[in-house]
Amino acid sequence: MSDVIGYILIALGILFNIFGCVGLVRFPDVYNRLQASTKCVTLGTVLLLVGVAIANGTGAMAAKAIICAVFVLVTSPTAAHAIAKGAYASGVPLWEGTVVDKYAERVKQEKS
Amino acid sequence: MHVFMQIFYIGLCACCFMCLYRIGRGPSAPDRTVAIDILGVVVIGFCGLLGLATGQDFYLTVALAWALLSFIGTIALAKFLEGRSFDE
Repeated sequence: MSDVIGYILIALGILFNIFGCVGLVRFPDVYNRLQASTKCVTLGTVLLLVGVAIANGTGAMAAKAIICAVFVLVTSPTAAHAIAKGAYASGVPLWEGTVVDKYAERVKQEKS
Repeated sequence: MHVFMQIFYIGLCACCFMCLYRIGRGPSAPDRTVAIDILGVVVIGFCGLLGLATGQDFYLTVALAWALLSFIGTIALAKFLEGRSFDE
């Protein structure tokens, strides 16, 4: 029974991973790609690792998988935030269809 | 269960190739940094899957070390993109 639940979770996680990577390939600029891929791939990998932990039962592997899942859940959005700020600071242009840029407004407000 | 495992491998390989496409094609440096970050997270999942398939738990140790190194590398690249020094 726990095998079946674990395999279903792993399949869901890999589905999320594939959707995130399709977003990484198809979206038009850096910020859209970050938005699409980081969240999808983080959730997918966490689901995959939890599935591995459930399918394997108790033991060293399950403990390591849970630790790894928590670590990915904490660090991956942090890294994405840092990349977004770095990309903005290095002057990558927004996509021409972008309608609002709150970060530039805030920077202008802080300067004045 | 063996058939399912092969389908999972094929799915994760597709993810890896899409990330590699973005690393090679990406027009700017932040595109490549995003793709490298995502490739690292996908490889962590791959390590977990290999650990489940072979029943050996050192693959999960590799995944933990990979997660740490990938995070530190991504943060360093992001600081480099921002144009700051590393000890700031």
